[in-house]
Amino acid sequence: MLILRCPYCGVETDETDLQGGGQAHLKREGPGSSDDDFEDYLFMRENPKGVHFERWRHVYGCGKWFLAARCTNTLEVFGTYPAQTLEPPQEIKDKITAKRPGWSWGTFQ
Amino acid sequence: MDLCKVQIEWVDAACLPQAFGTPMKRYSAFAIAKEAMRQHTGWDRAWAKREPKKKYDVIIVGAGGHGLATAYFLGKNFGITNVAILEKGWLGGGNTGRNTTIIRSNYLQDPSAAIYEKSRSLYETMSQDLNYNVMFSPRGVIMLAQTQHEVRGYKRTAHANALQGVTTEWIEPARVKELCPIMNIDGPRYPVLGGLWQARGGTARHDAVAWGYARACSDMGMDVIQQCEVKAVRQEGGKVVGVDTSKGPIDCDKLGMVVAGHSGVMAQMAGFRLPVESVALQALVSEPIKPAMDIVVMANTVHGYLSQSDKGEMVIGGGTDGFNNYTQRGSFHHIEETVRALVETFPMLARLKMLRQWGGIVDVTGDRSPILSKTPVEGIFVNCGWGTGGFKATPGSGWAMAELMAKGQSPLTDEFSMFRFREGKFIDESVAAGVAH
Repeated sequence: MLILRCPYCGVETDETDLQGGGQAHLKREGPGSSDDDFEDYLFMRENPKGVHFERWRHVYGCGKWFLAARCTNTLEVFGTYPAQTLEPPQEIKDKITAKRPGWSWGTFQ
Repeated sequence: MDLCKVQIEWVDAACLPQAFGTPMKRYSAFAIAKEAMRQHTGWDRAWAKREPKKKYDVIIVGAGGHGLATAYFLGKNFGITNVAILEKGWLGGGNTGRNTTIIRSNYLQDPSAAIYEKSRSLYETMSQDLNYNVMFSPRGVIMLAQTQHEVRGYKRTAHANALQGVTTEWIEPARVKELCPIMNIDGPRYPVLGGLWQARGGTARHDAVAWGYARACSDMGMDVIQQCEVKAVRQEGGKVVGVDTSKGPIDCDKLGMVVAGHSGVMAQMAGFRLPVESVALQALVSEPIKPAMDIVVMANTVHGYLSQSDKGEMVIGGGTDGFNNYTQRGSFHHIEETVRALVETFPMLARLKMLRQWGGIVDVTGDRSPILSKTPVEGIFVNCGWGTGGFKATPGSGWAMAELMAKGQSPLTDEFSMFRFREGKFIDESVAAGVAH
């Protein structure tokens, strides 16, 4: 059972209270974007065996969206943070670096 | 059926007398009688254990059902036998040995029906073709309709199947009860409103499918190499030239990636991305009981499917996790959800103890249809995205993938290109198939 901490309520909660929302930090494409950009935005997803960033919703709690940094191989959680961020907070990146030196994900490392 | 069983079979075979480089003896009633006379001392290994050569015409990564079937049809249909099948774990130890062995071809979209029906028809003669008993049992598959939405959906599928030449029929609740007497069709939450019946669907022994293909490939001179993990894909001028593995570098002209849940990881090695995400899908079996049902029942509304194995276990397929992972375990609460829902439709299950639970990593595409395709790298072909329903497609997938790799094109794979998404040409089975697959 995956347990995540909602960064808004501060509650440690089971995955049954939450709903996964797929990959985080997607860049929304609009008019004028190329076909490649649209394909990437709509269909291509990071699918790493290791460090991953995801959207989650505290659906049976405060109802708000947040983001989580997690390892898809061990289910270890590195941290959660509010959804209104363009990239993971430095503190979470440092935590990941301490445990997974040399990690990278999309444009982050 | 589960991990343990596969390992035991593997150890048994390793103890058998070795006979490398000689053609396989045929299995037959006569051979059994002959061996019985000499204390069964004359059986060969089912397939030869080999070390990699320097170079092959074709390397297939992944010795699961689909990878082995691809290699088999490369040899059988196209005469390409300088082939290695590389496996990081052991033969058929991934999703091939973890599924619930259901075979059916009652899909909505034409390209799906074509490849799944090809596959189902190949299962009918597989034991004879491979000289290996895969225990194909065309016992019939019902997909239950438990909501009005499903009633309309399955009636539509039945009509589509009629046009595709796939034999299915819509049946009423009384007929469902007749086919499967242990079912409660008047449940308060999920009454049975009818079903889509494919009489020629069924099950097969999944380990035997992998072993049968491995034996046939080995017999054609191909090398099945276990515990050989691909670490890197080497390219020159946009073309594949080989792979680096845990057993050293191996060169090749063509590379087939048939690695299911790890397709994203392999694509990253080759420098491109795939529109797939990997999640754990789980299944469980009960203690063995006397024969109680002789068909396969799928209940998509409640995300459960059920059949009884030849050993007597009730085999139950459950749902996928709601987040990406590579754990081969699955979240525990899915078991509760699956069993809770099935107990209403099959009240007798309430008294059964569950014996084992396991998970496999499935690679899921946006439209829930597979990818059999060329890739941005010349010489690399990918077969992935079978998601939660790949076992039924094993021979058809191998047939089509072999044609694609040998000729660069196949009528069965045309629609399943990895580039279909950008063109908006989805093969949308996500609505038609739901979760259970």
